[in-house]
Amino acid sequence: MLMRLLNVSNFSVAKKWVHKNLFSSWASALITIFCFYIILKIIPAGLDWLLFSADFVYNFRGEQIIDRTFCSKVIEPGQHGACWAIIIVRWNQFMYGFYPVEEIWRVNIVFALTPFALLPLFFDKVIFKKQLIYFTFIFPFIAYYLLYGGPGLTEISTSKWGGLLVTLFLGVTGIIIAFPFSILLALGRRSKMPVIKSVSVIFIECIRGVPLITILFFGNIMLPLFLPDGVNVDNLLRGLVAMTFFAAAYMAEAIRGGLQAIPNGQLEAARALGLSYWQSTIQIVLPQALRISIPAIVNSAIGVLKDTSLVLIVGLFDLLGIGRAALADMNWMKLSHEVYAFVAIIFFILCFSMSRYSLYLEKKLKTDNSI
Amino acid sequence: MKYIKSLMVALTVVLFTSASFADTLNDVKARGMLKCGSNTGLVGFAAPDDAGVWKGVDVDVCRAVAAAVFGDANAMEVVPTTSKARFTVLQSGEIDMLARNTTWTFSRDVDLGLEFVGVNYYDGQGFLVPASLGVSSALDLDGASVCIQVGTTTELNLADFFRMHKMEYESIPVETNDEADAAFLAGRCDVYTTDQSGLYAQRSTYPNPDDWVVLPEIISKEPLGPSVRHGDSKWADVVRWSLNTMIIAEEMGITSANVDSHLSSDNPSILRLLGKEGAYGAMLGVNNDFGYQIIKQVGNYGESFERNIGLSTPMAIARGVNSMWTKGGLIYAPPFR
Repeated sequence: MLMRLLNVSNFSVAKKWVHKNLFSSWASALITIFCFYIILKIIPAGLDWLLFSADFVYNFRGEQIIDRTFCSKVIEPGQHGACWAIIIVRWNQFMYGFYPVEEIWRVNIVFALTPFALLPLFFDKVIFKKQLIYFTFIFPFIAYYLLYGGPGLTEISTSKWGGLLVTLFLGVTGIIIAFPFSILLALGRRSKMPVIKSVSVIFIECIRGVPLITILFFGNIMLPLFLPDGVNVDNLLRGLVAMTFFAAAYMAEAIRGGLQAIPNGQLEAARALGLSYWQSTIQIVLPQALRISIPAIVNSAIGVLKDTSLVLIVGLFDLLGIGRAALADMNWMKLSHEVYAFVAIIFFILCFSMSRYSLYLEKKLKTDNSI
Repeated sequence: MKYIKSLMVALTVVLFTSASFADTLNDVKARGMLKCGSNTGLVGFAAPDDAGVWKGVDVDVCRAVAAAVFGDANAMEVVPTTSKARFTVLQSGEIDMLARNTTWTFSRDVDLGLEFVGVNYYDGQGFLVPASLGVSSALDLDGASVCIQVGTTTELNLADFFRMHKMEYESIPVETNDEADAAFLAGRCDVYTTDQSGLYAQRSTYPNPDDWVVLPEIISKEPLGPSVRHGDSKWADVVRWSLNTMIIAEEMGITSANVDSHLSSDNPSILRLLGKEGAYGAMLGVNNDFGYQIIKQVGNYGESFERNIGLSTPMAIARGVNSMWTKGGLIYAPPFR
């Protein structure tokens, strides 16, 4: 078996590949060797820190870690592994913020149901698609009822929400609400009706013209000054509105790029066939425009998800914010490497799966031209 | 520009003095909960513990006010605020008070429409050096390289201090606290300067804290204290006397552990503080036993200090200028009578 794998032809193919790609010239050979050296240096050290020398629940003496003074690297100068106990002990905070422990099951149900609600939106061939679509539409109400509370469930004010819950809430809800909104804005910007056009242009340019932080500040701090007394919009909701506006403005421009790529002849042909504006837009222009703008849309969606970490400045604890708060606890301070590494890993998983999904979508739409 | 500015100020004044803000105490009582603006996380001053309960010197002031108003120190919610947003959040009425290591300055007190009700921590810019440097006073630092966070008032204070004493220094700019930490530990600078409480926090995390010295000099005044909105003296009184109660309790030696035994004290001033005599609570618009509740549930000032940042904690801050006035410090409260 081994002999067959290493047979002459295979070996020479491999040799050719190596020669062509890694050692084609002196310079490339040097770069290859240098890169291998770096990889060999970094990866074992990184894995060692992340996993092999790291503390999880117990330190190297076998004691359970309850604060930083139990971390192996704090006790023993020679120890250098990560001390993941800060994440493990404060896991609930990282996931749910200050959500009461006895009510966490509600968040878990929402987390568990979210994929079912999103599946029919994101994939074509899903079993029970019809039924799931209905579920998708009622899901926001179920989620709201479970998370916030209502008849039969204790009310949990959004100031208690935090961690991954807030990151996902702002990111996912913001992107989903912003998407239809951004299509309308993009169409509005290309519209021939002056009012609609100018409203869209003003909205997009005003939002794009200022940093997200400014919009967050405006939503969170200025807005209450203008509202009549007694009217109090929820803090998290204000953050969500700001994120949604921001996402919509950026996605609208991405979609406009797609719209402009559609040759005018197509619209004229549709007109000639007697299709109305909406018919030709929905059936001819948008399907093609959206397909073209997928990479740009996903790009801004990823950006929006990462931008949720800015809400810390308006006093909302997203995943990163809750990590920073953990570092301010005297019992855990200075374990910043662990916290930032953990937050980075979570964000990477979220963003990487989004970019993989967009690749899948592009491939699918290339082979099959109908939407 | 000038007109716009004054117009804005006028508008702000009109907004903030409107009727709804005038009686914060009633609003708080109606809500059944105090909304206390604090930090998004500062070691020893305000941070959530593993169970999500906020703790710290600043949080204890919030808890004391909640204990005074409701008789329950837990009837409050910490609203995390950043240094940029804190004043606006207070002025928009989103929080009832601010206890967030905020320096009491003229412009904040007068121009920003805040009312500082006292000082719960006297901070000031100090210097941290390795013990091996053999320096015992900041006046020996001529020619030193100093790690300093860019864009802060500490930068200005440092320049002033060295110029005043005709000394030279080389500044090593760093962006964040963590970066300063790394640079300092790696020996890129001889001295690290920021507020002393921050220096102590920094030192407590070093492998051998005793190898580092916080120099005695303080080159700036940073009195940190709780504040409320301008124009609601009644509410300012409640917050002020909640803090004062904690200070007076320490002065009289009343702690959360022994407060019950003081209820039958012979000392009339203790009886007044605990609400056994007089109607001081009623004057303030809260329950008469508010002093007792604060001491019982939150403790006196010294207890709060020791529990959160004192020598027994990793912060290991000595009382120093934050000692009682009877022990040579600056912590002082007017008499309770």
